[in-house]
Amino acid sequence: MSQSLRPYLSCVRSTLTAALSLSNFASQASERHNVPEIEARTSPELILNPLTVSRNQEERVLIEPSVNSVRVSIRIKQADEIENILVHKFTRFLTQRAEPFFILRRKPIDGYDISFLITNFHTEEMLKHKLVDFIIQFMEDVDKEISEMKLFLNARARFVAESFLTPFD
Amino acid sequence: MASPEVHHLFHAPIADHSFSADRNTLAVTRANNVELYGKQGSQFRLQDELRGHDKLVTGVDIAPQSGRIVTCSQDRNAYVWEPSSTGEWKPTLVLLRINRAATCVRWCPNESKFAVGSGARIIAICYFEEENDWWVSKHLKKPLRSTVTSVTWHPNSVLLAAGSTDGHARVFSSFIKGADARPEPSAWGERLPFNTVCGEYLNGSAGWVHSVAFSPSGNALAFAAHDSSLTVVYPSAPEQPPSAVISISTQQLPFADLLWISESEIVCAGYDCEAFRFSGNEGGWQLTGSVEKANGGGKQGGQEHEESARNMFRAMDLRGRTGGNENTKLPTVHQNSINKIRAYAEAGGQVQKVSTAGVDGRVVVWNL
Repeated sequence: MSQSLRPYLSCVRSTLTAALSLSNFASQASERHNVPEIEARTSPELILNPLTVSRNQEERVLIEPSVNSVRVSIRIKQADEIENILVHKFTRFLTQRAEPFFILRRKPIDGYDISFLITNFHTEEMLKHKLVDFIIQFMEDVDKEISEMKLFLNARARFVAESFLTPFD
Repeated sequence: MASPEVHHLFHAPIADHSFSADRNTLAVTRANNVELYGKQGSQFRLQDELRGHDKLVTGVDIAPQSGRIVTCSQDRNAYVWEPSSTGEWKPTLVLLRINRAATCVRWCPNESKFAVGSGARIIAICYFEEENDWWVSKHLKKPLRSTVTSVTWHPNSVLLAAGSTDGHARVFSSFIKGADARPEPSAWGERLPFNTVCGEYLNGSAGWVHSVAFSPSGNALAFAAHDSSLTVVYPSAPEQPPSAVISISTQQLPFADLLWISESEIVCAGYDCEAFRFSGNEGGWQLTGSVEKANGGGKQGGQEHEESARNMFRAMDLRGRTGGNENTKLPTVHQNSINKIRAYAEAGGQVQKVSTAGVDGRVVVWNL
């Protein structure tokens, strides 16, 4: 783990742990409804201040807590064009399969690559600390995954270029 | 000290629980129903189910003397359940006249009334009207600006405290002409017509107030808010500023509920999955420690350690990596946040045992 990644992840971890203090809260705007307040935004007093944790200009996490739901949006590191495309394809692959991920939001927030929506029903069914672990693990692994894909892509490009150019040798 | 009694009832959140006066019946909420458990030996067995609500039940309270059960739910209704001669429970609908979820319900100490907090910015004070044979309600509305999260009664059965998501804890009078005897004047007020606001206290950072409670004498009010603080208010005289407002902020996660165990001690529990003890007086309050540690929580640590070594090798075998954080079990007894804390046994004005119920479906009785 690099020097700046550890404090970044530990900061996200403690912020998330505190933000996941959720309760089952029925809507006070519409009758017999129970909706995530962070998405509905019907009562300003039920939404807490959003918090951005950033490691550098490229990488940051936005955590928006409310009384019964938390929205976590992650901006993944993109140094160049290739990484840009890779991140886009990767997050598209995940969000299209959002159902089995439970907490994954189908559309990321503007300016971020991937968003999670955790409601009180998730914290009731699953272990709260494991949900936090999952998001931290995801943040750790996604960088690794992207750089691996980039290496693989470069290696393949070199191989293709070589075999394409051998006849002209 | 004896270890706590743990009753793991089911794998679903418990929003509220209540014991009968003889502690042989336990009522817990489970999704849209209330389940009644009877004590058999040292365990609780399911005996009966109160069906009638069609949305999540948010509150249940058993009146200690009459044995009547009141329930309220997010479907905007409340029922009073009375045992019939055949042993079945007969529900009576309460005319709450609210159009949002009911969030909490409590019988007043003399059991003639109960209060229902709601998401409609209303507290319904319900009492039985003999001529119509119905539970009717009067509304406390005035300064409430958001959902009421908790209600609690003063020992005189007239004053009522409520916490709300607008960051205020308030003390109201719920005096109903004809139903109540005139209360003794106290530090909260002398003349108390219905809907008098006897006190209004804002949390320091305007965090949602999760829980409020009067001290056993009724001369102090404590409330826990979402900024992990506990505030104790000592009123001085009617319509005067309080003589002391003591706010203790802690490093814990927010407290969801609190209970006075004596005039100088409070137990709080919440999102940290364990209960904490506070003590103090008008001069100041402080956190004195965890209830769990005092109940012998230390022995679990060793077990965990042994288990994790085994888990490490298993993880290496199955997944090809060392399981650094494979421990799915929390070191606390409750595995998820605690929703409610109630007095279980009292002796000489001091609570000896408390019961906690949480999102993990456990009801735990702790020795203090």
